Amino acid sequence: MSENKLKVESLSAWFYEKQVLNQVSLDFPDKKVIAIIGPSGCGKTTFIRCLNRMHELTPGAKVKGRVVLDGKDIYTEMDAMEVRRKIGMVFQKPNPFPNMSIYDNVVAGLKLMGIRDKNLLDKVVESKLREVGLWDEVSDDLKRSGAQLSGGQQQRLCIARALATDPEVLLMDEPTSSLDPSSTAKIESLVRVLKNHATVIIITHNVQQAARVSDYTAFLYLGDLIEFGETKKVFESPKNPLTEKYVTGRFG
Amino acid sequence: MKVRRAKDFIIKLISTLVTLLIAVPLLWIIFDVVIKGASALSLEFITSLPAPFGETGGGIGNAIIGTLIINTMACIIGLPLGIATGIYLSEYSNGSRISALLRTAIDTLSGIPSIILGLFAFSIIVIRVGHYTALAAAFALSIIMIPVVSKATEEGMKTVSIDIREGAIALGLPKWIITTKIVLGIAKSSVITSSLLAFARISGETAPLLFTSLFSYYWPRGINEPMASLQVLIYNYAMSGFESWVVKAWGASLLLLLLVLSINILVRRFSTKVV
Ligand SMILES: Nc1ncnc2c1ncn2[C@@H]1O[C@H](COP(=O)(O)OP(=O)(O)OP(=O)(O)O)[C@@H](O)[C@H]1O
Ligand SMILES: [Mg+2]
Repeated sequence: MSENKLKVESLSAWFYEKQVLNQVSLDFPDKKVIAIIGPSGCGKTTFIRCLNRMHELTPGAKVKGRVVLDGKDIYTEMDAMEVRRKIGMVFQKPNPFPNMSIYDNVVAGLKLMGIRDKNLLDKVVESKLREVGLWDEVSDDLKRSGAQLSGGQQQRLCIARALATDPEVLLMDEPTSSLDPSSTAKIESLVRVLKNHATVIIITHNVQQAARVSDYTAFLYLGDLIEFGETKKVFESPKNPLTEKYVTGRFG
Repeated sequence: MKVRRAKDFIIKLISTLVTLLIAVPLLWIIFDVVIKGASALSLEFITSLPAPFGETGGGIGNAIIGTLIINTMACIIGLPLGIATGIYLSEYSNGSRISALLRTAIDTLSGIPSIILGLFAFSIIVIRVGHYTALAAAFALSIIMIPVVSKATEEGMKTVSIDIREGAIALGLPKWIITTKIVLGIAKSSVITSSLLAFARISGETAPLLFTSLFSYYWPRGINEPMASLQVLIYNYAMSGFESWVVKAWGASLLLLLLVLSINILVRRFSTKVV
């Protein structure tokens, strides 16, 4: 087992009075893909939004507990913007910046932070678009608006955008839920490659997808972490009957 | 079925007639101004000073430049304030008491007759400096621009969805960069469109200028001086009763009309290009 990149220690979260995460503790190993599964409303999105300090932006949101990235508490020892540069995020719905070209979308996180070096930006654009498998589809017209791409292309563009700042952890919230099977397959194979340089935490509603892409799986239910372990074990010999019911599709 | 088709037909007929009815005055105005003003147009007309009284020839060059200078100054004051107010109301006020107050102030401002703004500029600037000045005109006109631009900026920025904003936040960008480069960037066409419309709007304002920049028969010598403008020139010349001046007033009207129409065409292009 490799060392842990991100440690979560009894993390609880609320919306106003309503507690939606109950003392979740788990360690995310470095350079692995971890799937978060669980029925709708169990707190998956809330959980990963606590990991890059996006949860606190929601009205009424409260967080308790610790999230530690490489030994540093992201809530007390790091600035929220620094956290988000190190822990990137891809959303359920593709959200490219509609006022920007494909090129500018990819390097938005760099360019808007003042990086002007054209050679560097060019290189980042090409390498990240290649990585997400979009280069061949768009390289002839990088000036086109990012909003003009298909849904699947937009989502890959958003992944490229998140990767451009070289995050150490990448959070993905059901990144394929709005995509067709072939786009989904492209993103799944991408996820398997991404772990070469980052820890990938991916929420999915599709247990087969979790089985296909992840090394570890966490099962959340009603705000509790029910089970966490190697994906193979979670799927083949779950410790908790609830997990077994869920992964075999008997509820949820 | 037949009844419905008949209804369809009647509604089509009525709306076509109404459209024509509205188009008639517009075309009539344009036609009238072109007929009466075109004969005045010449190179001399747009490049030279008014001829001394009693002499023929001369032009309205100083009034053209004057209107452009006054409008530019009004933009320099009004656009940044309008845009900044719009940004504040959309992004930073989050429902505070001050923002409610500011919003009421902006709404009220947009309803104040321009002649009162002229009087206001007159009382706080012209009286104090002791002479008519283009600065006071620019000040009065900028107050007309502010509500137009701030409302459009606010609305344009508010349409930017939470999804897009979160995408930017998740990149670790600071709020001010997200606001200016992404949210304002997306709202850019609203900002540009409203700025152009505000410019067109002040190009027609005359009452505030009568209290502030008044008129001058010379080339503009400084921004803190009385200054000629197309609007006041039209007013003066049209009322003068001298045939040659009345023709010049029509010529100036034609130029003003062209300015405003071309801005409107620009606006149309902007708002159709950016979807
Ligand atoms: N903005 C909000 N305000 C109040 N309650 C919220 C808000 N967002 C989510 N919740 C509640 O928090 C709980 C957890 O929601 P969350 O979005 O984390 O679930 P999820 O597991 O991601 O669900 P799904 O699979 O449907 O995306 C739910 O009960 C939901 O109703
Ligand atoms: Mg969710």
